[in-house]
Amino acid sequence: MFLSLTIISLCAGAILATANMYTAGPIALSKAAALENAIKEVVPPYDNNPLTEAYNAVTTEGDSLTIYPATKEGKAVGVAVESNSRNGFNGEIQVIVGFDTAGTLVNYSVLQHAETPGLGSKMQEWFRTDKNKQSVIGRSLSQGNLSVSKDGGDVDAITASTITSRAFLHSINRAYSAYKGTDSQTGATTATESTETKEGGIE
Amino acid sequence: MNHLKTLTNGILKENPIFVLLLGMCPTLGTTSSAINGLGMGLATTFVLICTNSVISALKNLIPDQVRIPCYIVVIASFVTVLQMSMEAFVPALYASLGIFIPLIVVNCIILGRAEAFAAKNGVFASALDGIGIGLGFTLALTLLGSVRELLGTGKLFNLTIMPEEFGALIFVLAPGAFIALGFLIALVNKLRKVS
Repeated sequence: MFLSLTIISLCAGAILATANMYTAGPIALSKAAALENAIKEVVPPYDNNPLTEAYNAVTTEGDSLTIYPATKEGKAVGVAVESNSRNGFNGEIQVIVGFDTAGTLVNYSVLQHAETPGLGSKMQEWFRTDKNKQSVIGRSLSQGNLSVSKDGGDVDAITASTITSRAFLHSINRAYSAYKGTDSQTGATTATESTETKEGGIE
Repeated sequence: MNHLKTLTNGILKENPIFVLLLGMCPTLGTTSSAINGLGMGLATTFVLICTNSVISALKNLIPDQVRIPCYIVVIASFVTVLQMSMEAFVPALYASLGIFIPLIVVNCIILGRAEAFAAKNGVFASALDGIGIGLGFTLALTLLGSVRELLGTGKLFNLTIMPEEFGALIFVLAPGAFIALGFLIALVNKLRKVS
């Protein structure tokens, strides 16, 4: 009785180990490809590899976000910031936001969310639709944070999804604060960090 | 002829969703669109065929007292293999089905077929039964997903059939799943009585 259960469990373990060996590579590759596609979508054209030059930056809230710098012919053209907000209607919202060097929002992409289908889940389209004051694309955050009209801001919230809209803008504001924080205060550290990464790459 | 009966049994006479009412959790949870229903159905079909054949092949080696743990170990292994392969090769579908893929392990259709059919029949018949039940499940999920997607968003397999404004959001949410499933079961019962 114990012997047969043990043998079956051992075989199952062996099968799983083999399957993991064959799928671990493709899983990592597809995740990296998805991230790279998301970065490509949200920043101006670049010719470096933002994934290897990624660094962490501290937000005004004290935690840190990952920033992927994009450069073209050695000159910075913008950054993609992987940001999140825990204020969503159903847990965490993960977005990737692109800014150009002037701090203008180039584009965004929602990576992961659990918002209500048909309501909050519209955020992927809603905030890029050029209608009334819906779109956040092309807005500059240098004059202050974005917020929905209901809270005195100038962004139209998704109909019937104010909580999701607030959380979404929260994640964008966090992304900007992380980006600006590194830009103005710790610019020097950023530079050394990225050189270090480059050196590491050569080794 | 007998084999043909085994195969069609799961699709019509003992359809797991419309007749046996098994596996309601993934049925209601994943059918917010036709493509999700189809993906979930095919994933479950794969697991059903594999577990039914393996359990049927091992049935003489498994002592009666520990048969349930043994079945669960076999089922869980296949589901994990499936989960890893889906994450590697169809990441988009994997992301939209989410937690429901690992939950196939506790889907009562699979343990039910292992216990009721595979433990008593040969490997070939068990595999056919897996295909039949799996196709029945896939058919039911795709049908339910299509109805909900069409009524909820006006689309079918992401193709716009009617303007989105005509859709009733409730069909995409959980209550719509219960309503649509109820009407589909009523329809299937009516058709079964006629034939």
